[in-house]
Amino acid sequence: MNLKVLYFASIREKVGTGAEEFELPAGVATVDALRQHLRARGGAWAEALAEGKLLRTAVNQDMVPGAAPVKAGDEIAFFPPVTGG
Amino acid sequence: MRISVQREDFDLGAEVKAIALNNAKIGAVASFIGLVRDINDGAKVGAMTLEHYPGMTEKALEKILAEARSRWEILDCTIIHRFGELKPTDQIVLVVVASGHRGDAFAACEFLMDYLKTRAPFWKKEQTPEGGRWVESRESDDQAAERWK
Repeated sequence: MNLKVLYFASIREKVGTGAEEFELPAGVATVDALRQHLRARGGAWAEALAEGKLLRTAVNQDMVPGAAPVKAGDEIAFFPPVTGG
Repeated sequence: MRISVQREDFDLGAEVKAIALNNAKIGAVASFIGLVRDINDGAKVGAMTLEHYPGMTEKALEKILAEARSRWEILDCTIIHRFGELKPTDQIVLVVVASGHRGDAFAACEFLMDYLKTRAPFWKKEQTPEGGRWVESRESDDQAAERWK
Protein backbone atom coordinates (compact mmCIF):
# COMPACT_ATOMS: atom_id res chain seq x y z
CA MET A 1 0.00 0.00 0.00
CA ASN A 2 1.38 3.35 -1.04
CA LEU A 3 1.47 6.56 0.92
CA LYS A 4 -0.60 9.40 -0.47
CA VAL A 5 1.05 12.72 0.29
CA LEU A 6 -0.74 16.03 -0.25
CA TYR A 7 0.52 19.61 -0.23
CA PHE A 8 -1.61 22.72 0.06
CA ALA A 9 -1.43 26.48 -0.41
CA SER A 10 2.07 28.03 -0.23
CA ILE A 11 3.70 24.60 0.27
CA ARG A 12 1.97 23.24 -2.85
CA GLU A 13 3.18 26.23 -4.87
CA LYS A 14 6.75 25.94 -3.59
CA VAL A 15 7.19 22.22 -4.25
CA GLY A 16 5.26 22.44 -7.51
CA THR A 17 2.85 19.58 -6.87
CA GLY A 18 -0.37 19.05 -4.96
CA ALA A 19 -0.23 15.29 -4.54
CA GLU A 20 2.01 12.30 -5.02
CA GLU A 21 2.09 8.64 -4.10
CA PHE A 22 5.08 6.56 -3.17
CA GLU A 23 5.98 3.62 -1.00
CA LEU A 24 6.56 4.28 2.67
CA PRO A 25 10.32 4.84 2.82
CA ALA A 26 12.26 2.48 5.06
CA GLY A 27 12.76 3.88 8.54
CA VAL A 28 9.97 6.45 8.26
CA ALA A 29 7.50 5.93 11.11
CA THR A 30 6.30 9.45 11.95
CA VAL A 31 5.13 12.60 10.20
CA ASP A 32 8.33 14.36 11.25
CA ALA A 33 10.44 11.56 9.78
CA LEU A 34 8.52 11.78 6.51
CA ARG A 35 9.04 15.55 6.49
CA GLN A 36 12.76 15.00 6.98
CA HIS A 37 12.78 12.41 4.18
CA LEU A 38 11.11 14.87 1.78
CA ARG A 39 13.44 17.67 2.87
CA ALA A 40 16.38 15.52 1.79
CA ARG A 41 15.21 16.00 -1.81
CA GLY A 42 16.81 19.43 -1.47
CA GLY A 43 15.94 22.65 -3.32
CA ALA A 44 12.34 23.78 -2.98
CA TRP A 45 11.58 20.76 -0.79
CA ALA A 46 14.25 21.66 1.73
CA GLU A 47 12.92 25.22 1.75
CA ALA A 48 9.17 24.47 1.92
CA LEU A 49 9.56 21.84 4.65
CA ALA A 50 12.50 23.48 6.45
CA GLU A 51 13.07 22.58 10.06
CA GLY A 52 11.54 25.13 12.40
CA LYS A 53 9.14 26.39 9.74
CA LEU A 54 5.61 26.59 11.10
CA LEU A 55 3.67 23.83 9.35
CA ARG A 56 0.53 21.89 10.03
CA THR A 57 0.20 18.22 9.26
CA ALA A 58 -2.71 15.84 8.90
CA VAL A 59 -2.85 12.06 8.83
CA ASN A 60 -5.96 10.61 7.23
CA GLN A 61 -7.58 14.04 7.34
CA ASP A 62 -7.08 14.65 11.06
CA MET A 63 -4.72 17.41 12.15
CA VAL A 64 -1.92 15.81 14.19
CA PRO A 65 1.44 16.81 15.70
CA GLY A 66 4.67 15.88 13.92
CA ALA A 67 5.29 12.98 16.27
CA ALA A 68 2.16 11.19 15.01
CA PRO A 69 2.74 7.73 13.51
CA VAL A 70 2.65 7.09 9.76
CA LYS A 71 1.98 3.73 8.15
CA ALA A 72 1.54 2.36 4.63
CA GLY A 73 -1.82 3.31 3.14
CA ASP A 74 -2.08 6.60 5.06
CA GLU A 75 -2.98 9.94 3.52
CA ILE A 76 -0.54 12.56 4.82
CA ALA A 77 -0.90 16.29 4.23
CA PHE A 78 1.51 19.18 4.75
CA PHE A 79 0.14 22.72 4.85
CA PRO A 80 0.68 26.15 6.40
CA PRO A 81 -1.41 27.31 9.39
CA VAL A 82 -4.99 27.73 8.18
CA THR A 83 -6.46 31.12 7.29
CA GLY A 84 -10.13 30.55 6.50
CA GLY A 85 -13.19 32.22 7.96
CA MET B 1 -27.51 20.43 11.16
CA ARG B 2 -26.00 21.33 7.83
CA ILE B 3 -22.39 21.79 6.76
CA SER B 4 -21.59 22.90 3.25
CA VAL B 5 -18.30 23.73 1.55
CA GLN B 6 -19.24 25.32 -1.72
CA ARG B 7 -18.30 27.69 -4.52
CA GLU B 8 -21.74 29.30 -4.63
CA ASP B 9 -22.92 32.30 -2.62
CA PHE B 10 -25.48 31.92 0.18
CA ASP B 11 -28.47 33.82 1.47
CA LEU B 12 -28.63 34.56 5.20
CA GLY B 13 -32.39 35.10 5.24
CA ALA B 14 -33.10 31.81 3.50
CA GLU B 15 -30.73 29.91 5.81
CA VAL B 16 -32.23 31.40 8.99
CA LYS B 17 -35.72 30.64 7.74
CA ALA B 18 -34.75 27.06 6.94
CA ILE B 19 -33.37 26.61 10.44
CA ALA B 20 -36.10 28.23 12.51
CA LEU B 21 -39.04 26.95 10.53
CA ASN B 22 -41.26 24.32 12.18
CA ASN B 23 -39.32 24.09 15.43
CA ALA B 24 -41.15 25.96 18.20
CA LYS B 25 -38.41 25.06 20.71
CA ILE B 26 -36.07 27.55 19.05
CA GLY B 27 -36.11 30.85 20.88
CA ALA B 28 -32.89 32.36 19.59
CA VAL B 29 -30.95 32.38 16.35
CA ALA B 30 -27.46 33.92 16.19
CA SER B 31 -25.56 34.29 12.94
CA PHE B 32 -22.18 35.45 11.68
CA ILE B 33 -21.07 36.31 8.16
CA GLY B 34 -17.44 36.84 7.14
CA LEU B 35 -16.76 39.07 4.12
CA VAL B 36 -13.83 39.80 1.81
CA ARG B 37 -12.29 43.21 2.60
CA ASP B 38 -10.58 45.36 0.01
CA ILE B 39 -7.59 46.07 2.26
CA ASN B 40 -5.43 43.83 4.43
CA ASP B 41 -2.10 44.48 6.14
CA GLY B 42 -1.77 47.79 4.35
CA ALA B 43 -2.25 46.48 0.80
CA LYS B 44 -5.18 46.86 -1.53
CA VAL B 45 -6.86 43.52 -2.20
CA GLY B 46 -8.42 43.19 -5.63
CA ALA B 47 -9.42 39.53 -5.42
CA MET B 48 -8.99 36.47 -3.27
CA THR B 49 -8.70 32.76 -3.91
CA LEU B 50 -9.75 30.35 -1.20
CA GLU B 51 -8.15 26.93 -1.30
CA HIS B 52 -9.26 24.03 0.88
CA TYR B 53 -8.61 20.36 1.53
CA PRO B 54 -11.63 18.51 0.11
CA GLY B 55 -12.70 15.75 2.47
CA MET B 56 -10.78 16.98 5.48
CA THR B 57 -12.56 20.33 5.44
CA GLU B 58 -15.97 18.75 5.91
CA LYS B 59 -14.61 16.38 8.57
CA ALA B 60 -12.96 19.23 10.47
CA LEU B 61 -16.15 21.29 10.44
CA GLU B 62 -18.15 18.29 11.68
CA LYS B 63 -15.71 17.84 14.57
CA ILE B 64 -15.91 21.53 15.48
CA LEU B 65 -19.70 21.38 15.43
CA ALA B 66 -19.72 18.22 17.58
CA GLU B 67 -17.47 20.00 20.10
CA ALA B 68 -19.87 22.96 20.18
CA ARG B 69 -22.86 20.66 20.68
CA SER B 70 -21.15 19.08 23.68
CA ARG B 71 -20.86 22.51 25.30
CA TRP B 72 -24.08 24.31 24.45
CA GLU B 73 -27.69 23.53 23.62
CA ILE B 74 -27.76 23.70 19.84
CA LEU B 75 -31.14 22.86 18.33
CA ASP B 76 -29.98 23.46 14.78
CA CYS B 77 -26.92 24.83 13.02
CA THR B 78 -25.80 25.70 9.50
CA ILE B 79 -22.18 26.26 8.53
CA ILE B 80 -21.39 27.32 4.98
CA HIS B 81 -17.86 28.13 3.82
CA ARG B 82 -17.06 29.13 0.27
CA PHE B 83 -13.96 28.37 -1.78
CA GLY B 84 -12.65 29.49 -5.16
CA GLU B 85 -12.42 33.02 -6.54
CA LEU B 86 -13.89 35.80 -4.42
CA LYS B 87 -13.76 39.59 -4.59
CA PRO B 88 -14.13 42.37 -2.02
CA THR B 89 -17.62 42.54 -0.46
CA ASP B 90 -18.25 38.86 -1.31
CA GLN B 91 -19.48 36.62 1.48
CA ILE B 92 -16.98 33.96 2.62
CA VAL B 93 -18.47 32.15 5.58
CA LEU B 94 -21.80 31.77 7.34
CA VAL B 95 -22.53 30.32 10.77
CA VAL B 96 -26.11 30.16 12.02
CA VAL B 97 -26.88 28.69 15.44
CA ALA B 98 -30.36 28.09 16.81
CA SER B 99 -30.96 27.47 20.49
CA GLY B 100 -33.60 27.82 23.15
CA HIS B 101 -32.02 30.99 24.50
CA ARG B 102 -29.66 33.68 23.27
CA GLY B 103 -26.75 32.86 25.61
CA ASP B 104 -26.10 29.48 24.02
CA ALA B 105 -26.71 30.77 20.50
CA PHE B 106 -24.26 33.70 20.84
CA ALA B 107 -21.55 31.65 22.58
CA ALA B 108 -21.75 28.69 20.21
CA CYS B 109 -21.67 30.97 17.16
CA GLU B 110 -18.53 32.73 18.37
CA PHE B 111 -16.89 29.44 19.38
CA LEU B 112 -17.60 27.90 15.97
CA MET B 113 -15.97 30.83 14.19
CA ASP B 114 -12.94 30.86 16.51
CA TYR B 115 -12.36 27.14 16.05
CA LEU B 116 -13.06 27.26 12.32
CA LYS B 117 -10.40 29.93 11.87
CA THR B 118 -7.71 27.80 13.50
CA ARG B 119 -8.76 24.23 12.64
CA ALA B 120 -10.57 24.09 9.30
CA PRO B 121 -8.16 23.62 6.36
CA PHE B 122 -8.78 26.76 4.30
CA TRP B 123 -6.12 29.10 2.93
CA LYS B 124 -6.59 32.57 1.49
CA LYS B 125 -4.46 33.98 -1.28
CA GLU B 126 -4.89 37.68 -1.94
CA GLN B 127 -4.25 39.46 -5.20
CA THR B 128 -2.66 42.86 -4.50
CA PRO B 129 -1.05 45.41 -6.85
CA GLU B 130 2.31 43.77 -5.93
CA GLY B 131 1.07 40.32 -6.93
CA GLY B 132 -0.40 37.32 -5.17
CA ARG B 133 0.35 36.61 -1.51
CA TRP B 134 -0.81 33.96 0.94
CA VAL B 135 -2.50 35.38 3.99
CA GLU B 136 -0.46 34.71 7.14
CA SER B 137 -2.17 33.16 10.14
CA ARG B 138 -2.67 35.56 13.04
CA GLU B 139 -1.69 35.00 16.61
CA SER B 140 -4.87 36.80 17.65
CA ASP B 141 -6.85 33.97 16.00
CA ASP B 142 -4.95 31.38 18.04
CA GLN B 143 -5.59 33.41 21.18
CA ALA B 144 -9.29 33.67 20.35
CA ALA B 145 -9.50 29.87 20.05
CA GLU B 146 -7.40 29.32 23.19
CA ARG B 147 -9.81 31.12 25.48
CA TRP B 148 -12.45 28.38 24.99
CA LYS B 149 -10.19 25.73 26.49
